[in-house]
Amino acid sequence: MTAIEARGLRKTFGSTIALDSIDLRVEEGRILGIIGPNGAGKTTALNAILGLTSYQGELTVLGRNPWTERDLLMRDVSFIADVAVLPRWMRVSQILDYVSGVHPRFRRAKAEAFLAKTAIKRSSKIRELSKGMVTQLHLALVMAIDAKLLVLDEPTLGLDILYRKQFYDSLLNDYFDRTRTIVVTTHQVEEIQDVLTDVMFIDRGRIALACSMEEFESRYLEVMVLPEHVAAARALGPMHERQVFGRSILLFDHADHEQLAALGDVRTPGIADLFVAVMGNQPGEIR
Amino acid sequence: MSEPLVAESAGSQAVIQESRPMYWSVRRELWENRSIYVAPLLVAAVVLFGFVISTIGMPQRRRATLLLAPAQQHTTIEMPFDVAAFMLIATAFLIGVFYCLDALQGERRDRSILFWKSLPVSDRTTVLAKACIPLLALPALIFTIVVITQWFMLLWSTAVLLPSGLAGSTWAHFHWFTQSMLLLYCLIVLVLWHAPLYAWLLLISGWARRASYLWAVLPPLAIAAVEKIVFNSAHFASFLKYRLIGGVGEAFVFKAPHGTDSLSRITPLNFLSTPGLWIGLVLAAIFIAAAVRLRRDREPV
Repeated sequence: MTAIEARGLRKTFGSTIALDSIDLRVEEGRILGIIGPNGAGKTTALNAILGLTSYQGELTVLGRNPWTERDLLMRDVSFIADVAVLPRWMRVSQILDYVSGVHPRFRRAKAEAFLAKTAIKRSSKIRELSKGMVTQLHLALVMAIDAKLLVLDEPTLGLDILYRKQFYDSLLNDYFDRTRTIVVTTHQVEEIQDVLTDVMFIDRGRIALACSMEEFESRYLEVMVLPEHVAAARALGPMHERQVFGRSILLFDHADHEQLAALGDVRTPGIADLFVAVMGNQPGEIR
Repeated sequence: MSEPLVAESAGSQAVIQESRPMYWSVRRELWENRSIYVAPLLVAAVVLFGFVISTIGMPQRRRATLLLAPAQQHTTIEMPFDVAAFMLIATAFLIGVFYCLDALQGERRDRSILFWKSLPVSDRTTVLAKACIPLLALPALIFTIVVITQWFMLLWSTAVLLPSGLAGSTWAHFHWFTQSMLLLYCLIVLVLWHAPLYAWLLLISGWARRASYLWAVLPPLAIAAVEKIVFNSAHFASFLKYRLIGGVGEAFVFKAPHGTDSLSRITPLNFLSTPGLWIGLVLAAIFIAAAVRLRRDREPV
């Protein structure tokens, strides 16, 4: 079954084109990472999927129109749209009561178990919690919802490295069961490379690249070329070249592994490196 | 309202499922806006404090009062009870106005709307829950607080007057059951009459990016001022005045002689046949429908 299907998805704010006729298809059971610079249209795309913004074109999420059926869709979708959107006046116990009250698929015990591993007190108001704790609370709520589609927009922003690791581990071990679909955006690309099944680059409202991770690994190769082989390597037509500690690293699309191995160490590139290569040399825009 | 506030015991499972978002949405409004019940309780406490102070030397004054004509006796003895009710009704109105002005703007200002929208609660349920606060919750709360306050006043004055044997005079002139029914009628009249006002403020709150207070107050003032300057007339101002306090004039008649029966002053049929009431209710429904639509369309500010 298809979780998300978009055809000609378009969104403009005045004269700014946020989404420029995107075609998108996410199958059930995939973990898709959407990577792009700030202002590329990632959040706009997610907002359209979540029924938070109007759009032109066709968009179906779990068989529903998100713009007209948001409330029904949200029984099967959960999301963290942004950091720090939990109501600051609310108590932790109240937010647990409220979500249990309105969400038929919320398992309170599961959320409580997540919270037990943190220092968050039930009686605290959200405004009294640290930024990391608010994110932990939000994650605890979302992970306790038995949703078919989970949308995470920068889910680990403001968390320390231990909790980030723990978050993606529990996402894979406790939450992901191969029938659920997860769409995640993040700037900490390296952390999710092993988690994803699919990756998509989005830039200036367009999809710059979309492929599965298997395809990614077979298609893109990175070679740290020995100085004497640089000219030979360049002759093979790399899509990108960068210098690290005086060594040239060349990135190839659809190159022959044997041929490259003769020129230096071959490995699968990081998503971030490929992103730089695909987008051109704009390292300042990637964080 | 298509979703019942509380599930009927005879209702099916589906009804219970449907009703929960409404119930919890109203509860969350009460959690967030504690002034809804804290402010009336404070006002009641102040009124009671004032009343307790005023009962010092009450027996002598009551003797003087009882020398007056019966109608004046009635007015004098009933006065503190009426003042308490009036203060609390006015408080409820102010709370309702300020609540509505912030209800749909606050959640966009602090971006928490993104969290609320991540849950399976429709915009209609949310807006109706917010509309319930001034239209149902506040009147019910104020009724309860006024009745309890008046009972306390009644018992306190009885205790103060008991030694001098004048306690019966309060009970003779303040018929608590009649007064409670009158209060209930008054609250229903006010809420029906003010419904379009509250709904309009909700709509402003959902529409304005900031300064909903100014958007609510300045345009009507400007229209009235322009009308006065250009046409030297005050139709708009008198329309506003009628919308604010006209309902009471349609629902009560003040010329009837006092003292006999307070219930003879009410004119429910006249109130119900006032076109302004029904036009207002239709407008209230339109404003609320527009606010539901706006909540879907508007993004965080």
